[in-house]
Amino acid sequence: MAFPRPAATLKRSLLAVAVAASASGAANAADRELLNASYDIARELFAEINPKFESWWEKEHGESVEVSQSHNGSSAQARSIMQGLGADVVTFNQVTDVQVLADAGLVADDWQEAFDNNASPYYSTTAFLVRKGNPKNIESWDDLAGDDVEIVFPNPKTSGNGRYTYLAAWGAADKRLDGDEEKIRDYMKTFLGNVEVFDTGGRGATTSFIEREIGDVLISFESEVNNIRGEYGSDDYEVVVPPVSILAEFPVAVVKENAEKNDNVDLAQGYLDYLYREDTQRLLANFNYRVHDDTVVEEFSDQFPDTRLLEVKDVFGGWDQAMEKHFESGGLIDQLQRR
Amino acid sequence: MSTLAIRLPRRLSGSTRVLPGFGLSMGISVLFISLVLLLPMTGLFGQLAGLSPGEYWAIVSDPRVAASYATTLGAAGAAALVNAAFGLLLAWVLVRYEFPGKRLVDALMDLPFALPTAVAGITLATLYAKSGWAGSVLEPLGIKVAYTWVGIALAMAFTSIPFVVRTVQPVLEDMPAEVDEAAMSLGASDGVGFRRVILPHLWPALVTGTGLAFVRSLGEFGAVIFIAGNTPYETEITSLMIFVKLQEYDYAGASAIASVLLFVSLALLLAINVWQGRFVRRLHGGKG
Repeated sequence: MAFPRPAATLKRSLLAVAVAASASGAANAADRELLNASYDIARELFAEINPKFESWWEKEHGESVEVSQSHNGSSAQARSIMQGLGADVVTFNQVTDVQVLADAGLVADDWQEAFDNNASPYYSTTAFLVRKGNPKNIESWDDLAGDDVEIVFPNPKTSGNGRYTYLAAWGAADKRLDGDEEKIRDYMKTFLGNVEVFDTGGRGATTSFIEREIGDVLISFESEVNNIRGEYGSDDYEVVVPPVSILAEFPVAVVKENAEKNDNVDLAQGYLDYLYREDTQRLLANFNYRVHDDTVVEEFSDQFPDTRLLEVKDVFGGWDQAMEKHFESGGLIDQLQRR
Repeated sequence: MSTLAIRLPRRLSGSTRVLPGFGLSMGISVLFISLVLLLPMTGLFGQLAGLSPGEYWAIVSDPRVAASYATTLGAAGAAALVNAAFGLLLAWVLVRYEFPGKRLVDALMDLPFALPTAVAGITLATLYAKSGWAGSVLEPLGIKVAYTWVGIALAMAFTSIPFVVRTVQPVLEDMPAEVDEAAMSLGASDGVGFRRVILPHLWPALVTGTGLAFVRSLGEFGAVIFIAGNTPYETEITSLMIFVKLQEYDYAGASAIASVLLFVSLALLLAINVWQGRFVRRLHGGKG
């Protein structure tokens, strides 16, 4: 039998320890380290980007660097940074979570002007995943208020993803109903009433829809919906991008307080600039994110259907107003869900 | 006789304490309690300091939060009662009968303590969803468990059953089978024997265990959140309300709601303790 003898196993594990030690030695040997605090589902994305950035930086600046990742819900990340997590840069999926850091003085006030496209190197929108053949015929937000439609999306109170879904539904209704707030509220009540499960996060909602077979439609970021379809089989699910939806920005910022302390300001700046380079934009498009680089947009035009993307600032007057009017305790969503 | 007293070391003869090292061990205990229990509690109430009584009341009496109390208390109550009945039965079987695999069953009782509650919640949700083993049998019969109130109670029952079993079991072990056999031999029926002889003996342990199970269920988050459905006014639990407040960076609000759970738990535990004290006094012939 091929069971390793104890001695051999011991030798192997000692070897493993030695390798690990030398690996961490190599890591320590990097001239500088940069910590990127990001949202939950970006783990695979940055695992791919970081090594590329490290070798690019070394080639350009002759200096070895190591980028470490930290992932959690972006609100939780913002909280950790305020409580002392030493992240040099943040790459979030919520404008409000970066704004919280700016309000606390950790990020520059004009952070949205510090990088192109509102400091959002890539973006996405909210889209639908339906079961094969689209049995309930769901093509637009209007269809989601039908009598027998069951919806799954994460709780807007606990998930940024869920907040975008809520705002997209509202924005689309706003356009369709010419801003008649009475009618929009009626629509939103039915829409929210059709929700079967309010999971606390995006991945939980995916599990409910796929594994538990709950609901007729899952609403999530277009990138996530495409990734799910890729992972669970294009034969079983279809992606529907509604004709009107919302622009979901993925904002980045230098946490100047930490970057200055770690003497990393130029590195942090360089790292975020790197996300705008053509190669990186192509990589982002491969992860089903929409990007700004014209060449890459052209290349991937089949993958991202044309759709009208509403902006939070146009429909809701900005994130602050949207948060205040809709999501705070006692706000509109609380009123709409009251019975 | 006086010579004997002189031989004792002065330190011992001068001390009225039975155990040596009392000062040191008491000091360490107080320090530990302060660090592990009191400091976090103080922190919690420190968060509340920024709230006026009016604001505090507005937060804890918000209709949606109030609905979550009803859901949480109801489900925790149901789980505790079910566990009282079945926990007693389990303890009885484990103490009074010999059967193959008994030690395994005994060990299984502690599993809910060892398992991360989120794993328990996800497993239960998978099992009881309409695509799961149990759900695919129950749902055609019209019984929905996952994403309903029943699911919440089920998850709470799972995480809190060891409290009942593990408090009743040792008391039952202390009570030999001869006690109820004596009752039977004096002509008591099974029912009367259980009600008049066994139950009074087990009663304090059963109440304590059920109370602990209830209190544990009130604060449960991980196991419940995945099976609850979290629909406002129906299946939202109070710990989710706390979580929501934290997501909004509203630490004071979160602490306010947490303090409600804390007060309910503390009041209940205190009541059980007081009641037990009186019970024991009565048992020893004092006035109740």
